[in-house]
Amino acid sequence: MTTTVSGGTPDSLPLDVAAVRADFPILSRTVRDGKPLVYLDSGATSQRPVQVLDAERRFLETANAAVHRGAHQLAEEATDAYEDARARIAEFVGVVPGELVFTKNATEGINLVAYAMSNAVTAGPEMERFTVGPGDEVVITEMEHHANLVPWQQLCQRTGATLRWFGVTDEGRLDLSNIDELITERTKLVAFTHQSNVLGTINPVRTLVERARQVGALTLLDACQSVPHSPVDFAALGVDFAVFSGHKMLAPSGIGVLYGRRKLLEAMPPFLTGGSMIEMVRMEGSTFAPPPQRFEAGVPMTSQAVGLGAAVEYLSVVGMDRVAAHEHALTERALAELTAVPGVRVIGPTDMESRGGAVSFVIDGVHPHDASQVLDSLGVAVRVGHHCAWPLHRRLGVPATVRASFYLYNELSEVDALVAGVREAQRFFGADRP
Amino acid sequence: MNLESMYQEIILDHYKNPHGRGLREPYDGESFQVNPTCGDEVTLRVKVADGKVSDVSYEGQGCSISQAATSVLTDLVTGHTVEESLTTMDAFVELMQGRGKVEPDEDVLEDGVAFAGVAKYPARVKCALLGWMAFKDALAQTPHGERAANTVIE
Repeated sequence: MTTTVSGGTPDSLPLDVAAVRADFPILSRTVRDGKPLVYLDSGATSQRPVQVLDAERRFLETANAAVHRGAHQLAEEATDAYEDARARIAEFVGVVPGELVFTKNATEGINLVAYAMSNAVTAGPEMERFTVGPGDEVVITEMEHHANLVPWQQLCQRTGATLRWFGVTDEGRLDLSNIDELITERTKLVAFTHQSNVLGTINPVRTLVERARQVGALTLLDACQSVPHSPVDFAALGVDFAVFSGHKMLAPSGIGVLYGRRKLLEAMPPFLTGGSMIEMVRMEGSTFAPPPQRFEAGVPMTSQAVGLGAAVEYLSVVGMDRVAAHEHALTERALAELTAVPGVRVIGPTDMESRGGAVSFVIDGVHPHDASQVLDSLGVAVRVGHHCAWPLHRRLGVPATVRASFYLYNELSEVDALVAGVREAQRFFGADRP
Repeated sequence: MNLESMYQEIILDHYKNPHGRGLREPYDGESFQVNPTCGDEVTLRVKVADGKVSDVSYEGQGCSISQAATSVLTDLVTGHTVEESLTTMDAFVELMQGRGKVEPDEDVLEDGVAFAGVAKYPARVKCALLGWMAFKDALAQTPHGERAANTVIE
């Protein structure tokens, strides 16, 4: 895409995949002895268009400097570029720039909140909102990525609070039947994924937020798999915190985002401390800057933030509704074709109701690792293993799965390549005959 | 890429018809190993008698490479002295970590030479070494385990 192509496309027209693909140089390479690359691992990390690469390079070639310090021209321009990126990203997810903290990745964003909550324990009575201790509960779900699971386990271990979780149904949906027993007056925080990185399941955010609000609990949304793939408005969803990662949405690695409602960020104690995040430092003690700077200690990643700004611009020009519709078509095709192959079992919803573009499956008689090796030999890149969601795999009774995950640059023919590869894996391991 | 270079017939045979599978009593050392990136796991027991590995028994779940490698392991060490078994282990580890550049010695590694192709794929080397990690760890718990305890497989 030269920036004009999709920008000039009326909303009614579908995404122009060929034009999009032309923006991603890596997609034209071959792998494993000349096979065209079929990249179906965007759930792990996405590829980057030239517009993002160019934005990073342009910044580094013309305006690079440490932001929020120094008064020379480069420092000024670098700070502007950094804050412009923040504003653009904030608008992309429906919030104001001051509510958006740059982090290394989504994992760091979640840890930031978890550590701020344990820091609150020793920070005085005005931090009561954030403190957790014996008798308090943190509620998560069994379908969480380890990034939204281990930090809360650790918080509970440090503070004596209790971790509780929603179960998952056999169909791969959140089991909300006991929501009123799980989220109670004892609940301090409810943390859950917007869209499962394994199942593709999209969770009912409003239902969970509504219940959390009834009991005065905070909410944190892991939006790593939703923000890159569909229009998401944190303010409209009503969550207190949310996180996502740049590298899963066409941007560089090393940049992630924590959203926090302004009132909460203003009240919350810091996690990492040091330069940039202070208001006044004396040998006897320090006071802290207002958010978001309070949570951005040290010289931050700058070209990466600029890259993420360029990525959301790219996605906005293409149109998130169009991206979502395109992935919907890819996923629908994948589900239809995979479920038609004898011996293949999709793990997660097999209909398109509240479902995104991650399709995980197992093949009778072929271990996922072996299946991925066959797919790789055909140029098809998928993820295998437990996808950092080990408890979920245990719950669903499978040690590992194969996962294909789609993005705006994937073509329907690549779904066909996946399915052909699955059949080839069955043939190779003799699993295609009874 | 030639799939057959990785999945040699010998490997597929061991995968489909594993040797020595099942956990048996008595034993002198036991180890549970898991590959945290994929969830493959193995529990392996070692019995040592008169300075020899008299039995290796195991249970596990995993890909063809990890399962076949453990099956080959039992063939390579059972009936051999502890010292010999560790020498074989060293040779197998060297082969697997050689990125396809180590020429395996069939007299030492027997069916294990079939894994030479796997060594070209770094992501799969850990699969082939999972059973050996368990063997080393289980052996270290036995009275003859000093050298095993001092060996590091990375």
